[in-house]
Amino acid sequence: MSVATAAPPATPPARSKAARTRWSQRLSANVSSAGLNVAVLALTLAWIVPTLGLLINSFRPGGAFNTSGWWTALAPPFNFTLDSYRAVLGASDLAPSFFNSFMITIPATIIPAAVAAFAAYAFSWMRFWGRDWIFLALVGLLAVPLQVTFIPLLTLAVHMGLTSGNNFFGLNAGFLAVWIAHTGYGLPFAIYLLANFFRVLPQDLFESAEIDGAGPVTVFFRLVLPLSVPAIASLIIFQFLWVWNDLLVALIYVGGTPEVAPLTVTLTNLVGGLGQHVEYLTAAAFVSMAVPLIVFFTLQRYFVRGILAGSVKG
Amino acid sequence: MDAMTPLTVTLPMLAVDWETLLSVNLPTLLFVVIGVPLVLVGYIVGFDVLVRRLPKRSQPSVRPWVWVAPAIFFVGLILVYPMVGTVVRSFFDRRGDAFVGLGNFARLLTDHGILIVLRNNLLWLLLYPGLVLLFGLLLAVLSDRVKFEKPVKSLIFMPMAISFVAMAIIWQFVYYYKDPSEPQTGILNAIVVNLFHGLPITWIQDSRFNNFALIFIGVWGATGFAMVILSAALKGIPAELLEAARVDGANERTIFRRIILPLMMPTIVVVGTTMVIFALKAFDVVYVMTAGNYNTDILARRMYAELYSAGNYANASALAVILLLAVVPVLIFNLRQFRAVEARR
Repeated sequence: MSVATAAPPATPPARSKAARTRWSQRLSANVSSAGLNVAVLALTLAWIVPTLGLLINSFRPGGAFNTSGWWTALAPPFNFTLDSYRAVLGASDLAPSFFNSFMITIPATIIPAAVAAFAAYAFSWMRFWGRDWIFLALVGLLAVPLQVTFIPLLTLAVHMGLTSGNNFFGLNAGFLAVWIAHTGYGLPFAIYLLANFFRVLPQDLFESAEIDGAGPVTVFFRLVLPLSVPAIASLIIFQFLWVWNDLLVALIYVGGTPEVAPLTVTLTNLVGGLGQHVEYLTAAAFVSMAVPLIVFFTLQRYFVRGILAGSVKG
Repeated sequence: MDAMTPLTVTLPMLAVDWETLLSVNLPTLLFVVIGVPLVLVGYIVGFDVLVRRLPKRSQPSVRPWVWVAPAIFFVGLILVYPMVGTVVRSFFDRRGDAFVGLGNFARLLTDHGILIVLRNNLLWLLLYPGLVLLFGLLLAVLSDRVKFEKPVKSLIFMPMAISFVAMAIIWQFVYYYKDPSEPQTGILNAIVVNLFHGLPITWIQDSRFNNFALIFIGVWGATGFAMVILSAALKGIPAELLEAARVDGANERTIFRRIILPLMMPTIVVVGTTMVIFALKAFDVVYVMTAGNYNTDILARRMYAELYSAGNYANASALAVILLLAVVPVLIFNLRQFRAVEARR
């Protein structure tokens, strides 16, 4: 597009020709930019149509999704209702699952983030035997499929009574098992992300703090943490979304116990369980998406930054 | 019957036990949210006090271990110990007491069912990273040149934020099948019937299409991820370089092939390897959409079935080890990449 403005100044006799070239160039640039705009819009539209369809279906009266396509609802007479949402939030497992999802996700985000921050600090600013090898091992563990951990961990959890049937000071022990599991699974990435950020903090800062007599604890809480808010924010968003959206780990460690089941598990059961009330599924899916979408759209900046720090440098 | 693929689990509607939720769980949640950070801070501060009591000379060699100990504990407990355990377990029989060598693998790999599983995993492995990169690159390059780049990227990135379960539900309605005598309510079959005058297709059950249908759900979800990373790499290419090439008379296609693509290659490789890992670990979409039926089963779901439905720990361990072996090349590649970056630092 900048080509159109780059035409050289011309003398009077040549002007008409130059103007014509410039004009035709501009025309072709405009045509191709119009084509480009259309292509991008078409792709974007194709990308959001599936979600849009579900959203519209979720506001249609019961059974309508099964008799006519959601696109017919876009033409008048409009007939939208909140019935599905009312049904889903009122009479199903979904409301307690919503609570369970928070119950699982919040600790399973805080614990690994804190543990990772400590470790990342040591990996980036302290010297110790085997440091680089241990860090390399963590990078290797990033790729390990969780499946290889299930059997021994399940055996261990049963052995220690950390299953959804037991209580732990009144708390369903299933929660505890899921928190611990997510902490372990999340740590390699969390440490990797934070260490990448910590180690590019300016060294003079640490030196002058040390001269002022600040110990590592002070440096960590007064300098490293405040300076790393963006990295920690992206880590927390990442871990939050990953745990909130997780199905497999929840299935493995709390199985089908409704008292502990997060939204993903309950939703999966609804896929088959509601039978003729499939219309509720639409609303249920959006209820489960509400929290991650809010997190995503309000904190997108940090989320993107985390993705970039986690992979481009890798 | 309609095209919704039922998982035959029917949960009874739970009478919501709000009393337990609010009287036990909510206080616990608060306790954990406040307590855990306090415990961890207390741990660091407490041990630092102890470390300070040590002779000055040995302090620097002890202190780092205090900081990494919790991480090493959790990673060791949750990842390393069970990984070793599973590998060992895969050489033992169902009950776990007789050593059978490679017997589990031999039995698994000669089972006809597993061949379909492996074929499907191969399909995922080839198509999923390939299509994600293709769409991601296309969208990154195209959206870079339009004015409304930001909203476009947000919308395409959006599926990254939601669960595979929600994605699967979204796509169940896209792939919805109705008898040809009725109007199609799934948009894909509506297009097939109304625009191409074809017969509606059972996208989920028909073995000719279903694997592609499932893989595309994954592609739809991950493209935004690839796009964001590739777009950042694209914007990192100096504008003068492209301008210089344009002045020299190179057309846009040449510029893309000769300058943009080579400069983006390291990032493409990183995204590609991430997608390969995703493809190998794929579980949720297949579990929710077909439960592995209609020839769509994949390793991770089969492993889950062996573990939970069949209770066959020998098979489940062996399948997990096969998955692990499959990621080893990626793992080695990642480590090399990491060391190369470190060496440049």
